[in-house]
Amino acid sequence: MQADWPILSVLLWLPVAAGVLLLLLGDRNAAPARWIALAASTATFVVSVILWRDFDATTAAMQFVEREPWIGAFNAWYHLGVDGISMPLIVLTAFITPLVVIAGWTVIEKRPAQYLASFLILEGLMIGVFAALDAMLFYVLWEAMLIPMFVIIGVWGGPRRVYATIKFFLYTFLGSVLMLVALVYLYLQGGSYAIADMYALPLSLREQVLIFTAFLVAFAVKVPMWPVHTWLPDAHVEAPTGGSVILAAIMLKMGGYGFLRFSLPIAPDASRELDWLIIALSLIAVVYIGLVALVQQDMKKLIAYSSIAHMGFVTLGAFAAFQIFRNTGSLQGAAMGLDGAMVQMVSHGLISGALFFCIGVLYDRMHSRQIADYGGVVNTMPVFGAFAVLFAMANSGLPGTSGFVGEFLVILASFRASFWYAFLAALTLILGAAYTLWLVKRVIFGPVGNAHVAALEDLNGREFIVLGVLAVAVLALGLWPAPLLDVMRPTIEQLVQQLMLTKL
Amino acid sequence: MNPASITRLDLVLAAPEIFLLSAICVILLVDLFVDDARRVVTFVLSLVALAGAAWVTARTGVDTRTVAWHGTYVADPLSGLLKVVAYGAVAVVFLYSYGYLYVRRLLKGEFFVLGLFALLGIMVLISANSLVTLYLGVELLSLSMYALVAFNRDSAVCAEAAIKYFVLGSIASGALLYGMSMIYGVTGTLQLGPVSEAVARLGTNQIGLLFGLAFIIVGVAFKFGGVPFHMWVPDVYHGAPTPVTLMLSSAPKLASFALAFRLLAEGLAGLHDGWQDMLAVIAVLSMAVGNIVAIAQPNLKRMLAYSTISHVGFILMGILAGTSRGYEAALYYTITYVIMAVGGFGMILLLSRAGFEADRLEDFKGLNARSPWFAAVMLMLMFSMAGVPPFVGFWAKLAVIQAALDVGLLWLAIAAVAFSVIGAYYYLRIVKLMYFDEPAQRDALEASRSFRLVLSANGLAVLLLGMYPGLLLAVCARVIP
Repeated sequence: MQADWPILSVLLWLPVAAGVLLLLLGDRNAAPARWIALAASTATFVVSVILWRDFDATTAAMQFVEREPWIGAFNAWYHLGVDGISMPLIVLTAFITPLVVIAGWTVIEKRPAQYLASFLILEGLMIGVFAALDAMLFYVLWEAMLIPMFVIIGVWGGPRRVYATIKFFLYTFLGSVLMLVALVYLYLQGGSYAIADMYALPLSLREQVLIFTAFLVAFAVKVPMWPVHTWLPDAHVEAPTGGSVILAAIMLKMGGYGFLRFSLPIAPDASRELDWLIIALSLIAVVYIGLVALVQQDMKKLIAYSSIAHMGFVTLGAFAAFQIFRNTGSLQGAAMGLDGAMVQMVSHGLISGALFFCIGVLYDRMHSRQIADYGGVVNTMPVFGAFAVLFAMANSGLPGTSGFVGEFLVILASFRASFWYAFLAALTLILGAAYTLWLVKRVIFGPVGNAHVAALEDLNGREFIVLGVLAVAVLALGLWPAPLLDVMRPTIEQLVQQLMLTKL
Repeated sequence: MNPASITRLDLVLAAPEIFLLSAICVILLVDLFVDDARRVVTFVLSLVALAGAAWVTARTGVDTRTVAWHGTYVADPLSGLLKVVAYGAVAVVFLYSYGYLYVRRLLKGEFFVLGLFALLGIMVLISANSLVTLYLGVELLSLSMYALVAFNRDSAVCAEAAIKYFVLGSIASGALLYGMSMIYGVTGTLQLGPVSEAVARLGTNQIGLLFGLAFIIVGVAFKFGGVPFHMWVPDVYHGAPTPVTLMLSSAPKLASFALAFRLLAEGLAGLHDGWQDMLAVIAVLSMAVGNIVAIAQPNLKRMLAYSTISHVGFILMGILAGTSRGYEAALYYTITYVIMAVGGFGMILLLSRAGFEADRLEDFKGLNARSPWFAAVMLMLMFSMAGVPPFVGFWAKLAVIQAALDVGLLWLAIAAVAFSVIGAYYYLRIVKLMYFDEPAQRDALEASRSFRLVLSANGLAVLLLGMYPGLLLAVCARVIP
């Protein structure tokens, strides 16, 4: 069923408008600003639920399409729509943002209205990125997104925030300008910025390889893939809790989304030729970054490295499809890797967000992120301890949590590609468990580490709501992933068929 | 030229120039009879003159290219657009400068009169259809600007900047004139139309033509401030009083575009292969030097000077494509650059007050705490100059990159985006100072209501033109043949 109102535009502009309103209100009116932010982000979430409810899971076609002329000179359109890949990510974005607003409720004392406004504007832009069907609109929103994030890390971040935020901005900016050149090239070849037209455009292998490389730089920085991941630990460590959550839960997904929406369908032959490269980088991320995570002293850094390792599964699942098809000739088999990649993205959004919230809870009390400063937290914060252990288990892929579903699907799929892929990928079950559980052991369990820990207070109602909601989502997706898989199925099947056709 | 041979059409087409010249004479006379306390009269009259010129231009505008004054003057939609933008830019410059000049007791009639003479030079340049008219426009503009740079008579820095500007500018004018004389010698005509025909007839291997072309490129690059002819830009921008820097960075850029367009696109189109390579070198060097050296500047005026140099690289990139799409892109870039530059220097004027110049980077520290709105305006200007969407500067960069890719200059496009990433750093640094640092002083901004209003509109224009870039792009596409 298609809504008769522009639901995607509402999702894009409602948070942005609320953000502008907060900026106009100014920081003197902190209390109303918080309520406005909560109301706007909750309303956006409600709209996203309506989007989910009305979504037709039987078709791969774009739904809720809006198309208005925008820039005549460039033939660029204000063109929005969703399919099974983008819809879950939009719901995820709308789900996480209210939690970020709640989590920052009293913690942020410096310029609270500007803080909330940045997150609301960011939310609208991120939803726009997932909904854009015009490459120019996509690019504009993709870049515009950097501005609020730059401000969030720079104003409300930790001691080295300036270094971290400039590094974050320049890294991602460098990645995306090459994508811009590729998009302009495609426009000049095809005369249109519509993504669907780019799918249909025949391209020689050399063109595809160049375009694929340009996209790869943009999306690999965002995912981030080894070796262009170094901005992420810095940005995560210095960002305020809300910023880390949005970074990990949503922004990293943009890279994975970009591979599915741009790289694979626009340059399928180059993707087939170069799939070994992506798979190799993904496996390095899974194994090597897993080992790096093991030695971290800083909780946020550890989770940041763990994010990189988990995002390796996304790229592995997406690019294993070619070898699976070559080995088995079955489209279903190839689709399984992509299914796994998508589930992993949503699940990692929930779990990494939750873990950053957990660290935020501790940081707000102790103002330290060093593992060595903690120990035996469960003695003074039993409820928090329970949540932390749950999310840690989910992060290491315990069956019954959402972390298991994505990793399992990807590992299963990569077995069909090559035993060694699966073997290396499965190492994460050991490494992930090792670094996460060791973290939990050192921070949560054991005897009370010091007097500060002994004085800790358990979760307040606000924190309980945030972590509780996330825990329900992680378990629900882990126990019953079918709704998510059903929604994606037609789109992924179509994508796989598209991949196996050549554009030469 | 025999006065009797002047037709009515000649007068009508040149009405904007005639009107402005008359208005300048009136203002000059009126200014003799007002004292410093009532200098506002001159200011208001100048704005009225600009509005009048805009009205006359709109009334006498033409839809098709029309040549007048025996082939030395051309009126076309492009000239109409460029002139109107120039009036707007000069009007905004006057508005921004008034308060600054007033508190420093520099509010003299000469500022406005020289500014209007510079504008007249720009207009002559824009409508020039022969080498002599072009040169006339260049000289009228340059001489007014030399005097304006030295406008603060008691300042040694200003005098130094003016002398430097004058000496280097004269050399560049000489080079330009020498190149023009070579072209004249080979083609036997001064008018651009016949020059173009002669070039097409003589072919691209005529050594005299290429020789002349090289000198013309030197002159054009100097007027633009492209590397390696950029040495005057940072010193003059830094040394001149801020209102004059504001003036220098705005309307004269339109003139430089017109100079390049009339000479290269209309006169020497046949030598495109030759000047494309020369401009490509200048464009890449400008983007490289401008963006890299700007990083090391502690003075905001100097930083913006280097930023100008890098923007010039982008404008040249559009021109060197040599296609209508390229000229459109370069025109679009020039206009958006003028909007951004006026806003950027306007911010310096906003923060300055008696005895305080606000032209160092530190002066922007913690602006967000002092005035969230103007910090946001500066943020928009900086991200726009860096080429980050959704601001208008992004579309300008996109347009020139499209133009370059369209003619197969992939390497140039990649160089451009790479240098724009380097450039992003120093714009980000301003945002960092405004938002991430605490202010050194917390006093409120002293600026008149009209100043604030115009500057706010300037900032919003950067955003709105960026959200809906189609409007200005369509206008640019319509005026380029």
